[in-house]
Amino acid sequence: MSEETNGSAPALLEVEDLAVHFPITQGVFRGRTVGHVYAIDGVSLTVRRGETYGLVGESGCGKSTLGRAILKLTEPTHGRVRFDGEDIAGLKGEELRRRRRRFQMVFQDPMSSLDPRQSVESLLSEGLTAHGLSKGPEADRRRLRELVDAVGLPKGSLRRYPHEFSGGQRQRIGIARALCVEPDLIVADEPVSALDVSVQAQVLNLLSRLQRELGLTYLVIAHDLAVVRHVSDRVGVMYLGGIVEEAPSTDLYADPQHPYTRALLSAVPLPDPEAEDRRERILLAGDLPSPAAPPSGCRFHTRCPWKQAERCDTERPEPRRLEGAAPGHRVACHWAEQIRDGRIRPHHVDADMVDEAATLAVGAPEHASSVQEILGR
Amino acid sequence: MTALLEVEDLRVAFTRRGEPDTVAVDGVSFDVKPGEIVGLVGESGCGKSVTSLAVMRLLPERGNRVTGSIRMDGEDLLALSDSAMRERRGRDLSMIFQDPLSSLNPVIPVGLQVTEVLTRHRGMKKHAARREAAELLDRVGIPDPTRRLDSYPHQMSGGMRQRALIAIALACTPRLLIADEPTTALDVTIQAQILDLLEQLVAETGTALVMITHDLGVVAGLCDRVNVLYAGRIVERADRHELFRAPRHPYTHGLLGSIPRLDGPPGEELAAIRGSVNDNLPWAAPEGGACAFTPRCPRALDVCGEVTPLAERAGTRLLRCHNPVPVAEGAA
Repeated sequence: MSEETNGSAPALLEVEDLAVHFPITQGVFRGRTVGHVYAIDGVSLTVRRGETYGLVGESGCGKSTLGRAILKLTEPTHGRVRFDGEDIAGLKGEELRRRRRRFQMVFQDPMSSLDPRQSVESLLSEGLTAHGLSKGPEADRRRLRELVDAVGLPKGSLRRYPHEFSGGQRQRIGIARALCVEPDLIVADEPVSALDVSVQAQVLNLLSRLQRELGLTYLVIAHDLAVVRHVSDRVGVMYLGGIVEEAPSTDLYADPQHPYTRALLSAVPLPDPEAEDRRERILLAGDLPSPAAPPSGCRFHTRCPWKQAERCDTERPEPRRLEGAAPGHRVACHWAEQIRDGRIRPHHVDADMVDEAATLAVGAPEHASSVQEILGR
Repeated sequence: MTALLEVEDLRVAFTRRGEPDTVAVDGVSFDVKPGEIVGLVGESGCGKSVTSLAVMRLLPERGNRVTGSIRMDGEDLLALSDSAMRERRGRDLSMIFQDPLSSLNPVIPVGLQVTEVLTRHRGMKKHAARREAAELLDRVGIPDPTRRLDSYPHQMSGGMRQRALIAIALACTPRLLIADEPTTALDVTIQAQILDLLEQLVAETGTALVMITHDLGVVAGLCDRVNVLYAGRIVERADRHELFRAPRHPYTHGLLGSIPRLDGPPGEELAAIRGSVNDNLPWAAPEGGACAFTPRCPRALDVCGEVTPLAERAGTRLLRCHNPVPVAEGAA
């Protein structure tokens, strides 16, 4: 996408110390709060105009919640979200609805995010009407035809229904829907994970072409590090509700500084047998701890092969820039310098059984795949 | 070395009354030698899972037609009686499925699901089976195995469940293991753990493994030989080093080009394959054949839409294409 990370471009989106805690309630009438799921806990990030910021992390790390909280689809517990200089965390009702024209979302599952009973034309024109962008039926139809053409859908798509399209085409409809109100920022939550590889590349290429042509700003959220790194100018790596490392996408692969980033990079399979045979895997022990009872100190210390006796389990590291690191490369690790210089060696970690039944002690399903599931919604 | 499993001209057609058959697998042949890891790669709908189900004879009894032969130790599995097949399933060949939550019984403790195999196939007594089950769980890397025997599947994480499923599949030390997308539902760090485990188990026990996946990255690190499927037929087969160094079929070539590489320069335009599987031509049609990939193929010639390409052998490679990618270009 934009070749250089433009340091001087104004910030379009600023997130400051954002937190989303979901209450866990017990009892028939959901009266008593017995704990919280710390989905997002103190995240700060800045997305500049015209760039693509990628958020990567494993399931349950809070990346989707972060995307939703930024768009105010989920109410943040505390923290600030500034869009184009204006705090949107406090906006409500009509104000918020009108502001949403400028930030749109592309969802993961193109089937469940499109109403099966609406034709593509109706799906796309809904946004135009809702935001008062309609310029009469003739002009609108012309605009929609252009849009459909721009995202690479066949002619005559407007009168068809979502089930008549393939997965990749449906995702294109989702993108067209986000584009039709001319937003500044598009938050794409796993835009390609439901698609086959050959189709995935088409959608990724489409996203970068649209960015070049329309000057869009993207926040791309995905679990696939290779995809995120490919589309993004900067990448933030999330672990259990916090960003552990943030770097320009070239630096992330060349100079990973956080132990988790290193493990993640070494776990991604490469489509190249020679490289696969050469490289050394850092296998992490165990599973992601429960976000309802996050470990003290550094969230990663329970699985970290570089864990030290001091500080790791008591003090939560703040993101900071190491000496000699690229501008904009921040890492949240107490021992990052020593690990980089090889002064600390990795050691064996015993897998810790994550038993959420014990830590939660409520009737929530263990290892729920989503917070909704935990809340029983 | 003689092959452990030989699949020859396997064809699976799903039938519906009053409608033409849907051919999911169309003349697939491959073999697996003892201790070998063979990959079946392809996108959704290419027939890779149906192939595995056909080998296990787990396809529903009605509504499909399976032809060809599936020989294990020279004996045709398709000709076996149901009870004889049941005897072999789990003992000689077993399977790991994609979604461990839906393939484990949610209302039975995991331990019981492991011991069930042991008592059924190895005739073990209850206590011995339980001890053995704990050992199996330990071997697949489940911490505190004795306590975990009494856990229910929902009390375990995705990675642990997949480990439990592998333990069940390995309970009778089968000579052939079929893994159908065993890591697709898992996170990458957990995927790395499971792939490492599978590789280690195969090396230790000498089990042959058929790895079914859509992820070329997984194949690159694990498989000895790779079969690339497209629309129910094998379009290319080669040893993994050869396949990735010089993909000859335009589909394989395109597939490799469309994956964003972690170690490549970011932001580069990906060489996407145009269209989708919906554009495919039928391999065989009454008015003549075609190559199914023709409408999406950047190298398509006139002949591609008129004549079905045959699978031709060149050294260790098998290729089904009229106009393959030249070696030099493929290597670039």
